[in-house]
Amino acid sequence: MNFSTNSGFLYGLAVCVIVFVLAQSVYFLIRSYRRGKAIGMETAVLKKTVLSTAVFTIAPAISILLGVVTLSKFLGIPLPWIRMSVIGAITYELPAATSTANALGISLSETITDPKVYSAIAWVMTLGILPSIVLPPILMKRIQGGVIKIKNKDSKWGDIFMTAMFLGMISAFLGMVFADVRKGLAGFIPIFVLLVSAAIMCVCGLLIKKCGMKWLETYALSISMVGAMIFAVLITPLIV
Amino acid sequence: MDFKQYMEKTDRVGKIWIWTALVVVLMVPVAICVYYQAWPSAQAVLKGLIGVAPIYWTVGVIEVITYTPMLGTGGTYLAFVTGNLTSIKAPSALNAMENADVKPGSEEGEIISTMAIATSSIVTTLVIALGVIGLSALAPILDSPVLAPAFDNILPALFGGLAVVYVSKNWKIALAPLIFMVVLFLLIPSLAGSVGILVPVGVLIALGAARIMYKKGWL
Repeated sequence: MNFSTNSGFLYGLAVCVIVFVLAQSVYFLIRSYRRGKAIGMETAVLKKTVLSTAVFTIAPAISILLGVVTLSKFLGIPLPWIRMSVIGAITYELPAATSTANALGISLSETITDPKVYSAIAWVMTLGILPSIVLPPILMKRIQGGVIKIKNKDSKWGDIFMTAMFLGMISAFLGMVFADVRKGLAGFIPIFVLLVSAAIMCVCGLLIKKCGMKWLETYALSISMVGAMIFAVLITPLIV
Repeated sequence: MDFKQYMEKTDRVGKIWIWTALVVVLMVPVAICVYYQAWPSAQAVLKGLIGVAPIYWTVGVIEVITYTPMLGTGGTYLAFVTGNLTSIKAPSALNAMENADVKPGSEEGEIISTMAIATSSIVTTLVIALGVIGLSALAPILDSPVLAPAFDNILPALFGGLAVVYVSKNWKIALAPLIFMVVLFLLIPSLAGSVGILVPVGVLIALGAARIMYKKGWL
């Protein structure tokens, strides 16, 4: 069997996986929408959730597409397409491919032609992320049971508990932005970008509250994110 | 059907989907090996896995424990199949619950979080699929050095806006983990590559600080 990283067979595999992911997503979307309607949630709120999330997702999704482009240089398109659509993230897939290539003494500077190397990379990419898919069904009841217990015991503390969890996560990513400051002015770019994003969000908040532009709520996060990304494009050549 | 019954059913169907997803995911390398008659040596896979598994299995365990309470049952079963938790799924759920003014852990929170994660999964999958179709035309644009800073800075661009909403409303709880993380990354910049492991550290500090303030009646 002639091997190609862009063969019809591999594209067929990719399509099967993509259809599965779409089916699961559509199933959960319809199910939760129906439940929302059944318990009396406003249709407008449910629709706004879908619209707002869809708009917000476009920019990060393009950055994921960039990951497909990066990996496709040596893995072809179908495998990166599969990996970036299911569980994967470029921060994991690239090291997984590199680690396997190094173990086999192969360079990733050009497209892989040996099917055994390709399948070894596919296995490492798959096995390396297994805990993320195996553990949720095993731990779900224990974790959610713990959350319900906390909420039932003291509902105010339960709410604070959830807020603290979110803030702990956000703090880690906000702190990470300061990691490069020792590199000089260029290391401050992520901080500038963060501040611009925050400033745009503040302006959106003011427009929503003071000028009654309620519709902006749906797009505020997307606008602040894309605005800050455009700022990064403009400021980087001036600093670096 | 009351909330408890709904959640039990969500758990049941979620489990069916995620175990099926496991089979689908494992079938990819199996199909490649069978079709091309190219089974790699166990040694090659093991060597490759040793380079990534210790860190990514640890991150995987941490992510499941940390994100499950935030995303809810349906959201978790979906998000852990479709991936990209920190850059898309968790912020989507957070933003949607904030906009809809619902609390995580409530029935409304469960519904909104699941809808947000499902929508972002569909949009991401479609964007990637459309991108793949037009990759030859898009690759030079996406790969261009002009646009590189935009994608390099996607996390600060995302978390800046998100922080305004969350930190401004809960600045007392945010203070301790924020100061800790900023100082930590200033002192040890190389930790930026392991931010996934630091998320639960931030969570524990936030929870500890919140508990103390709550007991003292400051919240």
